[in-house]
Amino acid sequence: MNIPKIPIGEWVEAIELWLETNAEPVFDAIKLLIGVTVNTLADAFNYLPPLLVIVIFTFIAFWIGRYRIAVFTLLGLLLVLNLGYWEHTMETLALVLTASFISIIIGVPLGILCAANDKARNVVTPILDFMQTMPAFVYLLPAVAFFSLGVVPGVVASVIFSVPPTIRLTNLGIRQVPADLVEAANAFGSTPMQKLYKVQLPIAVPTIMAGINQTIMLSLSMVVIASMIGAQGVGADVFKAVTQARTGVGFEAGLAVVVLAIILDRMTQNLVKKNKKG
Amino acid sequence: MAIIEVKALTKVFGNDPKRAFPLLDKGWSKERIARETKLTVGVNRVSLSIEAGEIFVIMGLSGSGKSTLVRLFNRLIEPTAGQVLINGQDIVQLNPEQLRQVRRKTMSMVFQKFALFPHRTVIENVEYGLEVQGVAKEERRSKAKQTIELVGLAGLEDSRPDQLSGGMQQRVGLARGLANDPQILLMDEAFSALDPLIRKDMQDELLELQASMKKTIIFITHDLDEALRIGDRIALMKDGVVVQIGTPEEILTNPANAYVERFVEDVDLSKVLTASHVMIRAETITLDRGPRVALQLMRDRGISNIYVVDKARQLIGVVTAEDAAAAIKSGQTVEQILIRDTPTVSPDVLLGELFDVVSSAKIPVAVIDNRQRLVGIIIRGAVLAALTGNSGEEVGEPPR
Repeated sequence: MNIPKIPIGEWVEAIELWLETNAEPVFDAIKLLIGVTVNTLADAFNYLPPLLVIVIFTFIAFWIGRYRIAVFTLLGLLLVLNLGYWEHTMETLALVLTASFISIIIGVPLGILCAANDKARNVVTPILDFMQTMPAFVYLLPAVAFFSLGVVPGVVASVIFSVPPTIRLTNLGIRQVPADLVEAANAFGSTPMQKLYKVQLPIAVPTIMAGINQTIMLSLSMVVIASMIGAQGVGADVFKAVTQARTGVGFEAGLAVVVLAIILDRMTQNLVKKNKKG
Repeated sequence: MAIIEVKALTKVFGNDPKRAFPLLDKGWSKERIARETKLTVGVNRVSLSIEAGEIFVIMGLSGSGKSTLVRLFNRLIEPTAGQVLINGQDIVQLNPEQLRQVRRKTMSMVFQKFALFPHRTVIENVEYGLEVQGVAKEERRSKAKQTIELVGLAGLEDSRPDQLSGGMQQRVGLARGLANDPQILLMDEAFSALDPLIRKDMQDELLELQASMKKTIIFITHDLDEALRIGDRIALMKDGVVVQIGTPEEILTNPANAYVERFVEDVDLSKVLTASHVMIRAETITLDRGPRVALQLMRDRGISNIYVVDKARQLIGVVTAEDAAAAIKSGQTVEQILIRDTPTVSPDVLLGELFDVVSSAKIPVAVIDNRQRLVGIIIRGAVLAALTGNSGEEVGEPPR
């Protein structure tokens, strides 16, 4: 007996083709928006003299956290500058910030929806599982099909890969608000919106911030992968080094990613603590 | 006038809860319904009415449905059937917006574990109810500040709840409940999480506040002593049913069934009964009578002391039979033989506190009200009789 293969691949390609031909204006609009955002950010970072940017970041780090983070930011960025990866690192930062920003805009409301509605959660959770376990490379193909090569499909792939933690932890944070506080909010006649903004979200902030932190880290981890489809930045340097088997260059460029990762991680983590202290 | 009128209020948890109704009508027990239908009967056809200005205590052990019942009043839990009429308006029929208005203006709530918002300061917690109503910031701040002073937390407005002790936190909870000046205050085991001494202080303070506020307070507790101390009336619940409703005295002296009897049998009566429960009527004369009249009255009644009062029944003193007999011989007036430093207590002194006074007094202790009027006397034996459980009939009904 010969059971025919289920043509899942064909179906996916048919959907892709259909979207490509019918939803083109939508993709073009998204492409324009993302492209402009990333490029504006990258241009801004690279327009200013690097030392000034380093000073600004150091001050932000000092304001958010303690002097240790500020010192690390200063030394780390100076190292990046010294190694000659400044421009590309700033391009990567622009990509990561844009992807994270989009993830927050999409993820927090979706998380709120999941927390408020069990049905929504039951639909969204398996999709998130799917998104996180499907190998990230797979997103690159449709991303390229819809947005062609460049930084935009990189951002889109990063968002798909990195948005789940924000959704999950926003949902979790709101659901973890103690039941008696929700009861109190209801007992005093709060509207659902008042309850959300005055009680649930403020109490869920540390958890939501933990999700955003993870989202930023995940989108940073997509940087190298995104460079395979033409996204600029330090990821492209790593990718080039790998293809040319140049360990030293790869290590230097990788170090720039590490510096960026640690700075972003510590900053977002301390933002939570700062928030807690109020 | 009844401010809250509850009619056949029922809450059944589970899928398709109305299935339970015919079974309840058949008289199935809560356990049997749970076993055979997986439905949980929380509150079973409760009807009661609560008067404006009273402290109505709903008491029962855990699982008796008391916390569910109080949440049906403001629909934190949706009733399965029945009515809750507040000022004649059926809460069960309100749409969400109307319900919000009732929760904002008419009824507020104090929670067992305080349920203070940890991200808000004391004053921000207290003003929450006003804030969601859209009251302007200055107005709600000043109202919140007044309420904080009322509960004795002045100066702590900008503290965070977690910086306060349990007792203080619940004062914040109470202030939050009072800030929007509701007619009805629902207190769900409000003092149960506090340690005993603080709890007693809070009870006293609540009674003090209530004396000036005259709110209708619905107070949930599992603690009988607490119920007896603060309740004007008590509803006793078991398995979702109200077993008995009555004044603390009625519950104690006339338990409706074996369950209530068992519930109250361990009560320390010395902490519940007051002077007014054990006092008996005093024989009195006025000052213008002579010693002969006094002695005659004492002989007739078989007593050895008679209390002297003025026209307004205010206590002046006491005359003993011995002194009266001597006065007749020596021609003295009642006024001359009057003993003026009579031991006195007020009617609401607890029996536990009466022991000392009664045992050290040579004559029965006079009970006087706050206008110095003699309302009764306490003889030593009556206190003991009351404590051994023979209160009521044998000691004489307290004059009401």
